[in-house]
Amino acid sequence: MPDGLLGIEELNRGSIEAILSRAKDFQPLQSQSLKKLDTLRGKMIVNLFYEASTRTRTSFEIAAKRLGADAVSITASGSSVTKGESLVDTLNTLAAMRPDAIVMRHAASGAPHFLSRHLPTPIINAGDGMHEHPTQALLDARTILDRRSTLEGLRVAIIGDIAHSRVARSNVHLLSKFGSEIVLCGPASLLPRELEQLAPGVRLTTDIREAIRHADVIMMLRVQLERQHEAAFSALEYFQFYGLRLEHLDLAKPDAIVMHPGPINRGRELSSEVADFQRSVILNQVENGIAVRMAVLERVIG
Amino acid sequence: MALLIRNGRVMDPASRTDRVADVLIRDGTIAAVAPNLSLPQAEIFDATGLVVAPGFIDMHVHLREPGFEHAETIESGSRAAAAGGFTSICCMPNTKPVNDSATVTSYIVERARRLGAVNVFPIGAITKGSAGEELAAIGAMKAAGAVAISDDGRPVMNSLVMRRAMEFARAYELPVIDHCEDLNLSAGGDMHEGRLSVRWGLRGIPAASEDVMVARDLVLAEITGARCHVAHISTRNAVTMVEYARQRGLAVTCEATPHHFSLTDEEMLPYDSNYKMKPPLRAPSDCSAVVDGIAAGTITAIATDHAPHAGSEKMQEFESCPFGIIGLETALGLALDRLVHSGRIALMRLVELFTTGPESVLRLGRGTLAAGAPADLTIFSTDFEWTYDVNQSFSRSRNSPFHGRTFRGGPVATLVNGAFAWRRS
Repeated sequence: MPDGLLGIEELNRGSIEAILSRAKDFQPLQSQSLKKLDTLRGKMIVNLFYEASTRTRTSFEIAAKRLGADAVSITASGSSVTKGESLVDTLNTLAAMRPDAIVMRHAASGAPHFLSRHLPTPIINAGDGMHEHPTQALLDARTILDRRSTLEGLRVAIIGDIAHSRVARSNVHLLSKFGSEIVLCGPASLLPRELEQLAPGVRLTTDIREAIRHADVIMMLRVQLERQHEAAFSALEYFQFYGLRLEHLDLAKPDAIVMHPGPINRGRELSSEVADFQRSVILNQVENGIAVRMAVLERVIG
Repeated sequence: MALLIRNGRVMDPASRTDRVADVLIRDGTIAAVAPNLSLPQAEIFDATGLVVAPGFIDMHVHLREPGFEHAETIESGSRAAAAGGFTSICCMPNTKPVNDSATVTSYIVERARRLGAVNVFPIGAITKGSAGEELAAIGAMKAAGAVAISDDGRPVMNSLVMRRAMEFARAYELPVIDHCEDLNLSAGGDMHEGRLSVRWGLRGIPAASEDVMVARDLVLAEITGARCHVAHISTRNAVTMVEYARQRGLAVTCEATPHHFSLTDEEMLPYDSNYKMKPPLRAPSDCSAVVDGIAAGTITAIATDHAPHAGSEKMQEFESCPFGIIGLETALGLALDRLVHSGRIALMRLVELFTTGPESVLRLGRGTLAAGAPADLTIFSTDFEWTYDVNQSFSRSRNSPFHGRTFRGGPVATLVNGAFAWRRS
C-alpha cells in the first residue's frame, strides 16, 4: 500500500508537525503576485469527488497548480458512476492512467481505506463519510497556530452535529495528540457517549454555554442534514439551543477565536453577527487550506 | 452395498455413546455400532484416531436458489456443506421468489433431491414475500417439506402478525425461527454500535435492536405456546433472556454462529466487508456471553448462517455491501478452536451442538447413530492442522474473514445416507 494520507488517527505527532511547518513556508506565497512553484512539475493529481464540494476541491486543485503539478478534477455526476461502474473499477481505471496521487472525497466512511488496499496509487482523503477529513484538521491546526504558540493545554469547543462529522473526528485526533482539552457539544442524539473514547482529553456536554466557557477556540460544525436518517429536531430549535450567538462569546476567553469548516448556514449554526465577527477566522481557514494541501501533496508525491 | 467404519471414536450424544467401535452401514442406514464388527464384502474406512459422529445438521444456511444462482446454488452450497462436515442443512426462504408457498418449497426439495450433496430441508417464510404483513401458506409448505418457518433477514415487525404466526406454527407443530432485529432501531446500521462504529464513522446496529425483539418473541412464545427458536443470538442480554425463559419452562431455543463466538468488532479489519454481517460482530462482552451461553447449555445449536454473496457485491464501500459471510467449511474448525481446545466445553457437548441440538428443534429423524437411522455420519479429527483457503471453497462465493486461518482439527469425511458426500483428499 503506497503512502497517501487517509486520516489523522494514524499520523504521529512528528508527521503532523512537519506538515504544519511546511505549510507555514507556503503561506507567504499565497499573497505574492507570482504564486507558482515547480516542485511537482510533471506530476499528475486526480481529484475525484463523489460528493459536492466547492472549497475542498478548488483548494486541492489550486494547491496542486501552485506546486507546478497538473490537476484533473472529476465529479461523480459527470463520470462513469452514473453508468453503473463500481468504485473499485473506476479507481482502477484512473490508476491505470498513472496519476501520482488520487485526492478523493466520498460519502461512504472508509471508502479510501478500502480502495487503498486494492490500488497502487497513493490516496489522499478529502473527506470520507462521517469518518475523517484530515486536511481540514491540518488547516484548522495551522489556523490556530497562527494565533497561538502551541496547541498544548488549549481549550477547544467543537459544537454541532458531532455524530455525523468527519471534521470533528479528525480534529479530535489531531488536537488530542498535541494535548489540547476538547469539549464536544451537541444535542444528545448527535453526541454518542462513545465519542469520549475517541482520544484522550475529550469531554462531552449537551450545554453550549458549558462548552464555550473559558474556551480558546470555538469550532462550529455544519448541521449535516443530508446525513441524518431521521429528522431529530427542527432547524429553529437547533439554532435556539446550539447556534452560536454573540452573547455566548462573553463566556469564552477574551481572545477566543471562532472557526467553521464551511459552508456556513447563517442563522442555523451561527448567527450572522458571529460569522462576521472580528475574531472569526473562517476565511483564514480557507486561505490556509491551500498552504496545508500544498504541504500534503508535496509530502505524498514529492 | 455395505461400509464398515473401523476403529473410530464413536460419539453419539443421543445414546450417550463415547467409545472406540466400528460402525456398519448397509443400504443407507446404520446397521450396527459395536467393537470388532466384520462383514467380508464391506468396504472399509479406517477411522483410527478420528471421531465418528452422527451427521452434523446446520439449521441456518442461505443457498440462494432460486433467484441468486450467481452467488450460490443448491448444488454448490450443499457441496460446501459436505466439505464442512454437514450432512443436513436447512435453507432460509429469502430466495427469489421467496419460499412462501408449497410450489417454491417443492421446487427446492426436488432440486435438492437431484443435485444436493447433502440432505436439504427448506424453511418456509412466515409471511408472504417475507413482507411482514400477511401469513404465508404455512400448512401447505409443511406438507411440501418445510421443517420450520422464518422471515430471516426481513424480520416480522408487527407483533400481532408474529403472534398469529406462532399460533399457526404451534398447530402445525413447526418451530418459528426468528432473526431478532428491531428494524427501526437498526435502520441504516452497518456494524455493531459501540466504540468502533463511532470511531470509524459507521452507523451502528445497537445490541438493543436484538434485545427488544428477543424480549417480544419470548413474551409471544409464552402466550401462544409455540416453539420459538432465536437465530444467531449475539448479545449478552439476549442470552440472559433466553436462559430465563428456558428456566421458566418455555419451549425456547437458540443457536449461535461460529463467527459470533469467535470474533468481536475489535477484530474487524476496518471497512472490510468480510466482517459485515447481521447481527454484526458484537463487543467482546457479548462474544464471551455467547460462549458462556454455549457452555451453560442455554445455546443448544451451532448454525453457520452461511450467506454467500458474489465478489462484486462484497467489493464495494462498506456501507453498500450486503450483509453476511460464508461459513459452512470453517464451522467445525472454529468450534473446536474456540470451544473445545480452549477448554470451555467437552467434545461430546460440541457434537451435541451440531447434532441433537438442532435435531431437537427440527425433528428430522436424524442426528443419531441408532440402528436403523439414516446413515448420516461426520468423521472428523480434533488435531490435524489445516489452513482454510477460501479460493478452494466449494461455495460459489468467497466472502469469508477466515481465509488463511489455520485450524487444529476439522472434517475428514462426510457420509450422507450411507454414501460418501465428501472426503478430505
